[in-house]
Amino acid sequence: MLSIKNLYASVEDKQILKGINLEVGAGEVHAIMGPNGSGKSSLASVLAGRENYEVTEGTVTMDGKDLLDLAPEDRAREGLFLAFQYPVEIPGVSNINFLKTALNEIRSYHGKAPLDAKRFLQLTKEKQKLVEFDAKLVNRSLNEGFSGGEKKRNEILQLAMLEPKLAILDETDSGLDIDALRIVSNGVNKLRSKDNAFILITHYQRLLEYIVPDFVHVLYNGRIVKSGGKDLALELEEKGYDWIKEENK
Amino acid sequence: MANKEKDEDILEQISNQEYEFGFSTDIEMDILPAGLNEDVIRFISQKKNEPEWLLEWRLKGLHTFERQAMPDWQNFEMPAINFQDISYYAAPKNKKKLGSMDEVDPELLATFAKLGIPLNEQKILAGVEELEGEKPQVAVDAVFDSVSVATTFKAELAKLGIIFCSISEAVQEHPELVRKYLGTVVPYSDNKFASLNTAAFSDGSFVYIPKGVRCPMELSTYFRINTENTGQFERTLIVADEGAYVSYLEGCTAPKRDENQLHAAIVELIAMDNAEIKYSTVQNWFPGDKDGKGGIYNFVTKRGACRGKNSKISWTQVETGSAITWKYPSVILQGDNSVGEFYSVAVTKNKQIADTGTKIYHLGKNTRSRIISKGISAGFGQNSYRGLVQVGSKADNARNFTQCDSLLIGDLCGAHTFPYIESKNNTATIEHEATTSKIGEDQIFYLNQRGIDTEQAVALIVNGYAREVLNQLPMEFAVEAQKLLSLTLEGSVG
Repeated sequence: MLSIKNLYASVEDKQILKGINLEVGAGEVHAIMGPNGSGKSSLASVLAGRENYEVTEGTVTMDGKDLLDLAPEDRAREGLFLAFQYPVEIPGVSNINFLKTALNEIRSYHGKAPLDAKRFLQLTKEKQKLVEFDAKLVNRSLNEGFSGGEKKRNEILQLAMLEPKLAILDETDSGLDIDALRIVSNGVNKLRSKDNAFILITHYQRLLEYIVPDFVHVLYNGRIVKSGGKDLALELEEKGYDWIKEENK
Repeated sequence: MANKEKDEDILEQISNQEYEFGFSTDIEMDILPAGLNEDVIRFISQKKNEPEWLLEWRLKGLHTFERQAMPDWQNFEMPAINFQDISYYAAPKNKKKLGSMDEVDPELLATFAKLGIPLNEQKILAGVEELEGEKPQVAVDAVFDSVSVATTFKAELAKLGIIFCSISEAVQEHPELVRKYLGTVVPYSDNKFASLNTAAFSDGSFVYIPKGVRCPMELSTYFRINTENTGQFERTLIVADEGAYVSYLEGCTAPKRDENQLHAAIVELIAMDNAEIKYSTVQNWFPGDKDGKGGIYNFVTKRGACRGKNSKISWTQVETGSAITWKYPSVILQGDNSVGEFYSVAVTKNKQIADTGTKIYHLGKNTRSRIISKGISAGFGQNSYRGLVQVGSKADNARNFTQCDSLLIGDLCGAHTFPYIESKNNTATIEHEATTSKIGEDQIFYLNQRGIDTEQAVALIVNGYAREVLNQLPMEFAVEAQKLLSLTLEGSVG
């Protein structure tokens, strides 16, 4: 589904990705781990098309389409979703209006008619239930005054509503207490299917106890330096990142 | 990056985008030669067959105007206006009084239809039809250059004792009411532009809601400047008698012209015991081109008096047009327990200037006021909020809440805030909150990442920011105002 080949990127002339190669197939869950500053969140930003990140070399394709050639909104419409580490607040824009706009934009890109109000509300209700999202928050302004946990759960609700092909969760577990982590993970697990794929970016093995990955990659200094199965995460948890740093000096 | 180029494209588009209402109508007009003097005033007064007292009052206005200096405290350089270059009277050439809507010049009907203001009583305002449920009716008084050309739903309103007509007509039909209230809220000597209006006012709307009557539909005036080198000096007077309620709307457009045109209006509102007046404005005068050439100078005096106890006056304005906007809709809270409100969204882009806000005078006991001002600046636009909250010595337990927010789009525009608070009573509670924010790249990227393009993202963010004010507008106008805001700011993010 997603194919990253020899990806180099820089921000303000500083090289941050230095030759990433990664293949993600449909139905797979990949975890990307690594110490602070290794380039994990930068990779997410580059894939989503954030300004200021300049790709200097390499290719990224999603189902054969050149992702790097698309504007951020078109990448989203093609089915790339980024659950943000720090979701922004947009005062006065109701969560529900935002969801409706996003959903209908994506539908229209694929030549589908917008959902009518009734069906949209029905869908929202369903998905809310699925990811255990507090109904009250749906009518509030987008993320405004939400707690850290509520913001993260709102990301998962959006994920459920927009049904992307590929979802990247950027440190979705950070700042979550154990209950919130369980709810978020349950949501993701329910959304997993043979047709979609997930990339989990995380520091800690904890998240991977709830969402079990098929592959674990260690990112260090802008490159993937180690890949393995879910056991690799346990090994990292036990030994820390120092040995990785040692090996890649 | 590709994204940046696209933003620049959008910016380019908007810069070259035509002002949608910039057409002009070719119609036979009676136009007075440019110039202002006693003879001109006498001519206008005679043309309208006015009583002697009104002529005298106009002349007092003229003589005061001639002595007064231009205001000099605003946050922009006052342009030199040659008042002798302006024609003070322009009216569609027409014959006698119109008996019915069918007699209105079809060219005029077409003009207003093109503006989305059908003067046909069977129809309703554009945009409303899409809404579900009961279709609200809106009565319209259409003012073309100097005169009112048509007023709809008059007969239906008359059944309730409601008077809704042009002010010229009111002078003829209800002289006692006009004489009783005209100029009692904005005196003829209030400021230079108010004096000018007093001297030269051409037409405008008059509304009287009798005791205990709730006006069953929105009343509305639509102002259209058409003729070159004319000014528009309309005068609106709304009186809500004891226990009455009325919601009133005002909209305006003008053709694109290279010269600046002057619009100096006065609106007076009077609310008696337990009465309520809601006055909403969607101002979309021609703002000038992207280099600041042309556009309307909008120098307007709007003031309401809550004369009775428990009365309420609420101003809501969405200001997107005009080269310069200079206006401070105010409320005098005389009656005990009376309430004054001011809700404003003012947008400036290109080289537009807005210096706007409100004045609230707390005189009665337990009076309350609420001010919500949302400025939006883009391009080289300059946006100033100027507000005065004054509490008199007898206004026990007066309360005011002011919130004054500024939103900046790009880094070449400006936002300024000038709040004044004067309290002579130590039981008063006055709160003032102010914020300044920029539309963040993070916000736009977040929306982009959910499949929403930059243009729509800006529209969403701006409408969200202005929501508290837009919510005050009657439903059908809220929809229009939202579209107008989105359109006005299209592509302003580069």
